This record gives sequence, C-alpha cells and structure tokens, in this order.
Amino acid sequence: MTFPLLSLITFLPLAGSVLLIFIPKEKRASLLYLALIFSLITFIVSLFLFFNFNGHTADPQFVEKAPWIGYGINYHIGIDGISLFLILLTTFLFPIAILSSWNYIQSRVKEYLIFILMLETGIIGVFVSLNLFLFYVFWEAMLIPMYFLIGTWGGPRRIYATLKFVLFTMLGSLLMLVAIFSLYSLYFKASGTYSFNIFDFHNLMLSSNMQIWLFLAFALAFAIKVPMFPFHTWLPDAHVQAPTAGSVILAAVLLKMGAYGFLRFALPIFPQAVEKFLPLLAILSLIGIIYGGLMALIQKDAKSLVAYSSVSHMGLIMLAVFSLNLESIEGAIYQMINHGLSTGALFLCVGILYERAHTRLIKDFGGVSKQMPVFAAFFLICILSSVGLPGLNGFVGEILCIFGVFKANQVLAILGVSTVILAAGYLLWMYQRIMHGPLEKKKILSFKDMNIREIIYFVPIIIMMFWLGIYPQMFLRKMDVSVQHLLNQMAQKEKILTQNPKDPSIKNQLIPKSLEKEHHKNKKKEEKTL
Amino acid sequence: MSDIFWLIPFVPALSALILAVFGTKLPKKYISYQACGAVLISFGISIISFIGLLQTPQQNYPLVKNLFTWIHAGLFKANLSLQFDPLSAVMALVVSLVGFLIHVYSVGYMAEDKGYSRYFTYLNLFTFSMLLLVMASNIVLMFVGWEGVGLCSYLLIGFWFEKHSAATAGKKAFLVNRIGDAAFLLGILFIFIHIGSGEFTAIHQAVGGGAVTQGVATLIAILLFIGATGKSAQIPLYVWLPDAMEGPTPVSALIHAATMVTAGVYMVSRLNSLYAFSAAAAEIVALVGALTAVYAATMALVQNDIKRVLAYSTISQIGYMFIGCGVGAYTAGMFHLYTHAFFKSLLFLAAGSVMHALSGELDMKKMGGLKKYLPLTYPTFLVGAIAIAGVPFFSGFFSKDAILTSAFAKGEYFIWALGIAGAVLTAFYIFRLIFLTFHGKERMKPQVKEHIHESPPVMTIPLIILAFFSFGAGYIGLPAVLGQKLNVFNQFLKLGGHEAHISMGIEWLLILISIAVAFTGIFLAYMFYILKPYVPSMMASKYPRLYKVLYNKYYVDEFYNAAFVNSTIKGSELIYNHFDLKVIDGAVNGTASSTNFSGKILSYFQSGLIKDYALVFLLGVVIFIGYLLF
Repeated sequence: MTFPLLSLITFLPLAGSVLLIFIPKEKRASLLYLALIFSLITFIVSLFLFFNFNGHTADPQFVEKAPWIGYGINYHIGIDGISLFLILLTTFLFPIAILSSWNYIQSRVKEYLIFILMLETGIIGVFVSLNLFLFYVFWEAMLIPMYFLIGTWGGPRRIYATLKFVLFTMLGSLLMLVAIFSLYSLYFKASGTYSFNIFDFHNLMLSSNMQIWLFLAFALAFAIKVPMFPFHTWLPDAHVQAPTAGSVILAAVLLKMGAYGFLRFALPIFPQAVEKFLPLLAILSLIGIIYGGLMALIQKDAKSLVAYSSVSHMGLIMLAVFSLNLESIEGAIYQMINHGLSTGALFLCVGILYERAHTRLIKDFGGVSKQMPVFAAFFLICILSSVGLPGLNGFVGEILCIFGVFKANQVLAILGVSTVILAAGYLLWMYQRIMHGPLEKKKILSFKDMNIREIIYFVPIIIMMFWLGIYPQMFLRKMDVSVQHLLNQMAQKEKILTQNPKDPSIKNQLIPKSLEKEHHKNKKKEEKTL
Repeated sequence: MSDIFWLIPFVPALSALILAVFGTKLPKKYISYQACGAVLISFGISIISFIGLLQTPQQNYPLVKNLFTWIHAGLFKANLSLQFDPLSAVMALVVSLVGFLIHVYSVGYMAEDKGYSRYFTYLNLFTFSMLLLVMASNIVLMFVGWEGVGLCSYLLIGFWFEKHSAATAGKKAFLVNRIGDAAFLLGILFIFIHIGSGEFTAIHQAVGGGAVTQGVATLIAILLFIGATGKSAQIPLYVWLPDAMEGPTPVSALIHAATMVTAGVYMVSRLNSLYAFSAAAAEIVALVGALTAVYAATMALVQNDIKRVLAYSTISQIGYMFIGCGVGAYTAGMFHLYTHAFFKSLLFLAAGSVMHALSGELDMKKMGGLKKYLPLTYPTFLVGAIAIAGVPFFSGFFSKDAILTSAFAKGEYFIWALGIAGAVLTAFYIFRLIFLTFHGKERMKPQVKEHIHESPPVMTIPLIILAFFSFGAGYIGLPAVLGQKLNVFNQFLKLGGHEAHISMGIEWLLILISIAVAFTGIFLAYMFYILKPYVPSMMASKYPRLYKVLYNKYYVDEFYNAAFVNSTIKGSELIYNHFDLKVIDGAVNGTASSTNFSGKILSYFQSGLIKDYALVFLLGVVIFIGYLLF
C-alpha cells in the first residue's frame, strides 16, 4: 500500500484539534500558533496532490480503500480533476482564516480553534469521499463545528442565524439521506451486492421515474447549500452573524459543496432527470444571477452585500454547470476557485474594517482610503477580481462560463451577461461609499492601515488572483479529462435510453458490460486526444 | 530587430508594477525618470519595430509573437500573442509619443501632489493597457486592454477621491463603459461560435471567405460597435466623458487624445473586413458618428468650463472618425485619429497650463485677456485651435477633409451635410474659447491676477512639440487632388474598404466648402465675442429655453438617472422589502416559528461549556451510527 497521503491531509487538522485539547486555555499564543502550524502543514502536504496529479486519466487518484462498517460502507477516498482544486482551495484558505482570527476572537480561543480545525477535516472529507455513506457522514459532521462557530462567536442575532442555517441544511440533508438509502437498495436489487461506491452508482441505470424522485431529493440538498434562488435567505443571515473566518470559509468552500454535489452525484447518476428539470434549474440559476445582483445593490450592511453578491456569482456557476458542456463545466469549476478567493477576500476586507470600526454599515464609513492606502489597494484588487476584470482570475472563469452557457442557450447567456454590469455596479458603489469621499467621520481618523499579519495573509490571495488570471493553463489542463469523462458518462446513459425509449426492461439495472467496454475504449481515446 | 515589438506594452507594465509595490518609498525624482523613461523606451522600440516593419515584405504582415496559450477550454482558445502591422504601428507610435509627452508634462503639473507615485503607477498602467489593446492579435486579448483602459480611467478620473464629484465621475466612467463592454463580450462570444477563433487574421479570412452570413456579421459588428460607443463616448453612451474632467488635466489629455476614446475607432478599423462586409452595420457606424459629431458640438457652444468645451469637442471629433470608418474610408478615420491625438492633447495640456496659471480656475467667465500673461501657452493653444477648426495647411484640415470627401464620394450626402454643419460649430466653439480666454476684458479676481505666471519648461516644452505636430502631422496624408502618390499614410496603412473616386473639380469644390465653413465659424465667433460681446447674452435671454437645454446638455444625464439608475435601485428596494424579506424569508420564518419548540431546545444546549458540547457531539454521533446500523 502506498503512502496514505489523502488520509493525512484529511485528518491532520483533526489531529491538530485533538492536540489543542491538551493545551491549557490560558496559553493563547501557543494555541494560535499550533492551529496555524497544523493548517499550514496540511496546505503544504496538499501541494503534493497538485504536483503529482496526473491530468491524463479520469480514474480517481490517490485512492485509499479500507473496510469500515461493512454492508458496502467502506472507507474509500480519492480525488479527480474536479475535487482536486476544491481541496486545494480549502487547505489554502484555512491558514488565512486562522490568521484573520488572531485578534478578532477574544473569548474561548481554544474552543474556537478546535472547531475551525474540525471543520477543515469535515470539508476535505466531503471532497475526497468516494463512498456515498462516508460522504454523508462528513457532510453532516461538518455542520456541527460550523453551527458552533456562528452560534458562539457570531454577532447579536447569531442564534437566529445558526438555527436558520442548520434547519435549512438539515431539511435538504434528510431528504438526501433517504435518497442515498434508496439508491443503496436499488443497487442491491440490480446487482445483488451491497455498495455505497459512487462509481457503482454511476453504472446504475435507473428508470426515468425513479431518477426524478431521487434527483429531487439530492437537488434540494445541494440547491440549499449553493444556495440557489429561492433557498438563499439563510445565507445573508449566516454571513452577517458569522465571525470573519466563518464567513470566509462559508462563502469560499461550503457553498461549493452544493455545486460539487451536482457535478459528482446529481449529473452522472440521474442524467435523464437533469435533462427534464434543466429548464427549471437554468431559469432559477439565471434568476439567482440577476436577483442576487439587484439585492446586493441596495444592501446597507457591507457583509450582507457581499453575501448577496455570492448568490449572484453562484448563480452563474450553476447556470454553467447546467449548460452541460466542456467549456461551461471547466468554467464553473474555475469560477468556484475564483469565487472562493475573491469573495473570501472580500469578507476578509469587511472583517478588517469591522475590527477597526465595530460596524459594518456602509453609511458609517467614507474616505477610508486616505487613512488606509495599502488596504485600499488590496480591497480594490479583490473587488476587481470579483467583477471579472481581465488579467485577474475572475475573468477566466467568467468568460468560460458565459461561453459555455452561450453554446447551450444564447438567450440565457445574453441575460446572464448582465452580471458584468451589475457586479461592477454594486461593488464599485460600495467601494466608493466606504473608501472614497471626504473623511467626515471622526472615528475613521483613528484607523490604522493593515498590519504585517494582515498583509501576510492577504498577499498570497492577491498573488493567486493574478496567477489564475494570467496563466490558467496549469489549472485548466488538470480538469480536462475528468470533465470530459463526466460528460461522456451522461451521454452514454442518454444513449441507452434514447435507443430504446419505450423499452420496459430498462429499469434500475446496471449498465450492460458490453457498453461498459465501449465506454472504456472511449475513455482511452479521450485520454489520448487530450 | 523587428521581433522585439512585443516588448512595447510590457515596458510600461513593468514600470507600473515597480511603482505599485515600491512607489511610496522611492524619491519623486526617480519616479519621474522611471515612469517617463519607460514610455520613452516603448516609443523607441516602436520606432525600431516600425523601421523593421518597412523592411519586411508585405506578404509577411502581420508580424505575430505568440507568448503562450492564455485561456483554453474546448472550443474557446485565446493566446497571449501580440501582432505588429501598419495599423498597430501607427497606433503604437501615436500612443507612446503622445503618452510620453503627457508623462513629462505631468512631472510639472503633479509636482506638488501627495499621490505622486500612485499617479504615475496609474499613468504607466494606462499606457500599457492601451498599447496592449492596439497590439493584441486576437479579440480576447484586445478585450484585456479594452477593460484595462476602462479601469485606468476609473482610477485616474477618481484620482482625487476625497472629492465626491471625482469619485462619482470615476465610477460613472467605469459603469457606462461596462454597459458597452457587456455588448462587446457578447460580440466576442458570437465570433467564437460562428468563426471559431478570436484571432484577427482568422476573422478576416472567415469574413472574406464567406464563412459567416451577412446577418451574423451585422450582429457581431453592431455588438462590438455598442462597446465602441461606450469606450469612444458616442451616442448613447457618451455621458461619462464630460464628467471625466474631474481627474487631473494631463489625464484628460491622455484619455481624450492618445488612449481610451480612440479605442473604438481602432477596433472598427482593425475589423474593417467585418464592417465592409456588413453594409447595415457600416451605415449605423457612420450615422451614429455624424449625429454625435453635430450633437456634441452643439453642447460645446454654451459651456463655460474650459475643459468641458474640450470634452464635448472630443466626442464630436471622434464622431468624425466614425463617419470615416462608416463610409468605408478607414484610413481617413485613422488619419483623423492620428492628427486629433496631437491637437487634442495640445489643447488639453494648454488648458491645463491656463488653469495652472490661474490657480485652478476653469470658468472662462473669470478669464479673458490672458494673451499677454502666457506668451508660450497662448500661441500653442492657438495652433491647436486652428488645427481643430480645419484651417488649411494645419493637420486637422487634411484629415477632416479626407473624411468628408469620402462621405460625399460614397453618396452619403446627408452624413456629409451633418459633417459640414459640425465643422461650422467646431470652428465657432473653439474660437469662442480662444476669445473668451485669451482676448477681451480681463475678468480674473484680483488675487488670482497677482499670481498669474507662465508654466515651467517641463510643461511648456511638451506644448511646443505637440504644437509642431498639430501643424505638420497632416502632410503625410495630402488630398488626392494633389496627387495620389503624396498620401503616404494611405499607402502605408492600406486598410480594406473601397474609396470611391470623384472628379477633380468636385473634390476642389468640397475643399473650398470646407475652408469656407471653417472661416465662417471663426468669423462668427469673432463677431460674437470680440466685436459685439453683448450678443451672446442677448441671445441667451432671447431664447432662454434653447440656451437652457444646451447648457444642461439636453438633460440626458437626468433622464438616464431617472430611467435606469434610480428605477433599478427603487425597484430592488421594493423587491427586497416586500418579496425577499416578507415572502421568501417569511415562509422560512413561518416554518421556523412553528417549530419554535426545537429552537428553544437547541439554544438550551448552548451552555458554552466545552464538555457539554463534546457530550452532545458524542451522543449525536452514537445515535446517528446506531440509527444507520438499525
């Protein structure tokens, strides 16, 4: 057996949180440094994944498999070109999140750090799981630290916000759990073996009717997580109440789980149901883009503004996911990284302002640029990245998304392009009101510019924004095969159904072996051509 | 040596990067040398590459340097690759030369400003963006420069961000440009869908080879042109440019002359095969250009702010360039772009020199008689005014005449007539400006008058150089009546499009009309503002409505604000308060309050003791696993 790299990355943060338990809570500095070191090591180790990742195969890599509970419940993890970047994004952002909490968190630092590190394990676990049961365990487990992070260290209305967040998510998760077990039993009926293996489910051919029900259950869970319109109202509340690090993680990584869920499960397992609901899903995504943008325009609280901008940006990502072509899905994955960086960074900016002013209301600011020139520059770059200015990361994802959508449906793309104008509108207007204009509020005169710690955690983000914007090849090429494979999987199921549209024998069965062989041949071909 | 052309944009980029990171720690003197030096190096490389281009056989045009693949996924592929051909060469030379002079002038103009390094960072970045725009070999990379100049205009117009008006003007520029950019982006997508590549050579081949239908070509051409109306300040997206004078004056010169507003004209010329193929799109370009030329000139007639007059004059002059492009005379359009770059930057910088002398005064009603105080600014300003008015033997005459002659030759008499009308107005408003500022009674406040001084040499030398070009730049594009061979500019550029020919007699007649028109305008201004200075105010009171409408710029800003900005915000607020909070969230809260019970239990758990949390956590896990195992 090879070195369990992936397990190491997944559980290093958890090990860190266990270690933290044994450090007395008075030793604030040791606690902070220990947590930081664990998250940093996790990030460094995760870089091995990036450099050793083979972009020429669609098979999962760094696979580890061990029996666990039995009945198909195994410890089975691995990554492909879709999950790779979400893991890297997670490990990249956690040290930053910890650094941003350095002074912000004053009470119960120890517990805070324990939850942060637990959260990291939970999130990575979601992205590496290849066993649906394991996936669900991580999916739910991750809620617990998040619940406490917002509920304990959040703002005045934190209880309401956490409750809303948890109830929303639980509602989706419970239905998903039912669907998972239905899949499990359907697979057992079709094959005679117990399995929660994702790839086994990929080979399961379900009747259209069954697909629809199961898809709806999965889709609801994921749509709430994204969040797609009209399931978005938990997001602004959760963001406004969460501590800065919580908002960063929430926006940058947690929301991506919804989109990831669609890519990993909903699309390849239920292609016919997806096909059926495509108009609805696409229109909801489009509404999300425009609606989120319009709502962002009039928010009075800076954090709430960024939260609604997330709804808008995630709308574009989902629209791209549902466009079902290579360009759009690569664009969507790329845009997930971009959104993680730029929105995460915007929350950090709001956090930096909050630490100085103890308010997030836009009207309480004005003319801050004069007092904080370095911060002004960083803040502006983050905004431009979010707006999709060419040369920065946002543009690459945005143009691929829009191009992919355009290929699928020109009207949707033309309406979706409005995001280009709206995003510039709400973000630059916010920037103007906070940073520009005469310095009239006396309180602002006491603001100090960014300190070394803040600059240290900001610089890597800025570097990545330029890197992803100028040389995306390094990242895009690692996605090609995985994304193409996903599309082929969908097309293949489509083919079986269209060849025998009325054949009653196609009911919850496995994909015939003969087709699977052909599929493998195709896969080899893909690998050669790409 | 001709393969170093790709360095042209990157020298200012490097300089901008250094200034951005270390700028605040560097001495002012070093900053000035580096910022100006970088643009001078770009100009030097442009000249070397230009000479190299002349020695290259024409079938090898354009020279292309592909640096690396930038964005590639499936059918979408854009390289980071630059190209150099006559069109790019002309633009690179103009941008780097005029840009360099504006940089030098800024050293004097901004000497006392606290944001000195920030200013030159932006200025270098601006030059880089524009050079990238004109040298990109594909439309996606061109879009990088296209958005880049938009960004830099935002940064520089809002340079003095403590002023509300400046910050607002900067944002307005960016947003209005973004509306155009969204259309431009759609144009790019249509190009990729129908042509499969964004490379200009591929687009020309596809259009020339009949790979796209007339309808598709028209659609693409119009979408891209909407982008151009934003960037080049044409109807209906011109509204940002008059406000753009909130920035430092050299910035206005840069935006109005060398960079930014010329981008749209360059884009249409670059894609000339597309516009030549689609007659409908070309007609729209010419018509929008002609209407803008007259419309903007009427607003320039009554403004009292010296920079505002020049701003409307730019909008009007760009309109002329679009007339040229629209009637298929791309070289004439480009020729006017080239001469305009000199005389408009001269006019702006000279206006800046006037402001400098008058402690920042912009209102022409508080000027007058400055001729004797500003012995260098006055004659250079006058040269610029003569050039833009279209007086023979000065550069503006040749280029404007080339455009109007082409329009007439193509049979576009209506557009030609609009152009002539615009020419009268142009000559009038620019000499109104000259007379109000430099002649007549001295209307300055006494304390301002005491401090009047001519600008330092670092500012006046660029003025003299620009004045020289404003006079002489036209001689490389002499009218056809003097001999076809004499138009070196035409022969070098060789842009597509057919230029219709007319008889010598008619051409001479058109030239005479142009000359007459220019002198009429000047004479009217002389009569109104020197001979009978009471006439303008008399007319204003006689036609108060007309005067008010012109002075308030046809109330277009007010209309846009009411129709688009405020209604969007009001509508969004309505949706937020009555739909998002009440309907969607109301449903959620309704569900929640009915399960209030569980909420109470949950909050009870929040005792804040870690061992309680751990216990609950453990309990949960146990129950969960137990449940799953049945």
